Amino acid sequence: MHEDLYRRMLLLRLAEEKVAALYPQQEMRSPVHLYIGQEAVAAGVCANLKTTDYALGSHRSHGSYLAQGGSLKAMFAELYGRRDGCAAGRGGSMHMVDESVGFLGTSALVGGTIPMAVGAAWSARLRGTDAVAACFFGDAAVEEGVFTESLNLAALHRLPVLFVCENNLYATCTPLAPRQPAAAAEIRRRGEPFGIPGVRVDGNDVLAVHEAAATAVARARKGEGPTLLECMTYRWKGHVGPDADTHLGYRSQVELDL
Amino acid sequence: MPERQITYAEALREAQHQMLAEFPNLVVMGLGVPDPGGVFGSTKDLHKDFPTRALDLPLSEEANAGVANGMALTGMRVINVHQRVDFLLVCANQIVNHSAKWRYMFGSEAAMPVVYRAVIGRGWGQGAQHSQSLHSLFAHIPGFSVVMPATAGDAKGLLIQAVRAGQPCLVLEHRNLYGIKGEVPEKPYATPFGKARLVREGRHATAVAVSQMVAEAEKAAEILAKEGVELEILDARSIRPLDEEAILASVRKTGALVACDTSWAFCGFSAELAALVAEKAFRDLKAPVARVALPPIPTPSGPVLEAAYYPNALTIAAETRRILGRRGEAPSVSITNERSQRESW
Repeated sequence: MHEDLYRRMLLLRLAEEKVAALYPQQEMRSPVHLYIGQEAVAAGVCANLKTTDYALGSHRSHGSYLAQGGSLKAMFAELYGRRDGCAAGRGGSMHMVDESVGFLGTSALVGGTIPMAVGAAWSARLRGTDAVAACFFGDAAVEEGVFTESLNLAALHRLPVLFVCENNLYATCTPLAPRQPAAAAEIRRRGEPFGIPGVRVDGNDVLAVHEAAATAVARARKGEGPTLLECMTYRWKGHVGPDADTHLGYRSQVELDL
Repeated sequence: MPERQITYAEALREAQHQMLAEFPNLVVMGLGVPDPGGVFGSTKDLHKDFPTRALDLPLSEEANAGVANGMALTGMRVINVHQRVDFLLVCANQIVNHSAKWRYMFGSEAAMPVVYRAVIGRGWGQGAQHSQSLHSLFAHIPGFSVVMPATAGDAKGLLIQAVRAGQPCLVLEHRNLYGIKGEVPEKPYATPFGKARLVREGRHATAVAVSQMVAEAEKAAEILAKEGVELEILDARSIRPLDEEAILASVRKTGALVACDTSWAFCGFSAELAALVAEKAFRDLKAPVARVALPPIPTPSGPVLEAAYYPNALTIAAETRRILGRRGEAPSVSITNERSQRESW
């Protein structure tokens, strides 16, 4: 298991380092939101999912796509806008998809796929399968009304959903403080009013993520309902593009080096 | 033997009942779907025959539409019901950014079977936020079909086509039409999208009308007939795809277009019709295009203002005379005004 997790994380890291290295050639004409630094989250969660389960992501989803088993070649082809890309060259970096492994797609609208995961989970229930649906989103997505609406629905019907919040502390360049009250600093607790268990883990500790996700997936499969998993992580690169962005001044090199 | 007559609401209900039977993976869901009223009767008692597939939903329009999308991607078909068109704006993100684009955006040709049903309100002081007719707004979006049944028969046929086609679309119904009766065959049948319905033949002008304006155009044609003006009427019924061929053929014959819409003129469906004939039938036009549409203000609520707000058969007749350069005559048939109709909320 350890080797499997390590391989998944390494694949994500090497793939994106290659993207960052090639990006300045200006042949990948698609805005890339890199996942470097957050690999343990996708690797730890997806190692618990089967290809008959469902996963959906956000604009920053090279990681969850690859971790769920999405084709590496099709991802790069997509970044180059090629016909053999995972979205036939129509989607670009923000639209990773590989339905053959249950990766249903991603949305450039923050929070857009959260209710879709609830729908996929409900659909699995109605069709009598034991599939679970995982949705990856950032800390800003919980500010969207649809996040709370989705928690309400998933709890109401005890649907097999994993809400996976990749809390990397930033929405583009804006830290959490101007966006969310200190009293709500623990995103994991946002499910409490609905009776949804919330777990906060070190999102850079792949074993911790894996263990928390295993519990959540097992609960979901048994029909015991959704879980909100808050994975504390950190985005090493800028919001968009291949470079670090300390020159913008919103975060320091000291913070990045921590 | 005369065909069976049932109401528009009953036709919608029958279509959904038959589709729930035809497709074991179809879900009809929305606020109030299983309630005693059943969305003005259109979903009444569906849950009794299909308890797991006629579902109530919380008032979370965006999440609900997102759920519909998620279901559609994983082997289900969905009808998402809204009691007013205005509420669609709350879930426009899921409709416009997700339903309509998903398959193209991911390079797929697969189905995306999500049907949105929504009702245009009118009368009894519905006001600015319960009466909008937003077909132009949604028909603007590639990847999304919009249809507007004007008869009980089309209410059933277009809704069945929407479900069977398996692509994202909006069926816009009109509250004032819910009680009208029409011939509706009992067996399931599909009315194709993109085909206009010839309502009445005429030589002098073509009225292209939608939804509730079709009935107004028919009344206008009666008035005009007495003056020797023959109005041809097409019920567009499918906004996108649009039956360009039928509209152009009729306008080429009559040389005049009166676009009769349930919404505003600016950037609206009537503007699209005007653009169509200007682009493709310019040399056949013998008169300027007329557009019968709502005044460019939100819908007022008071009964006097409301009655003045909505164009009717008299407006259509007057606009037809105007573009044909004919003098008007006093209306020889009585026009039912908004206030004397039996209304419901």
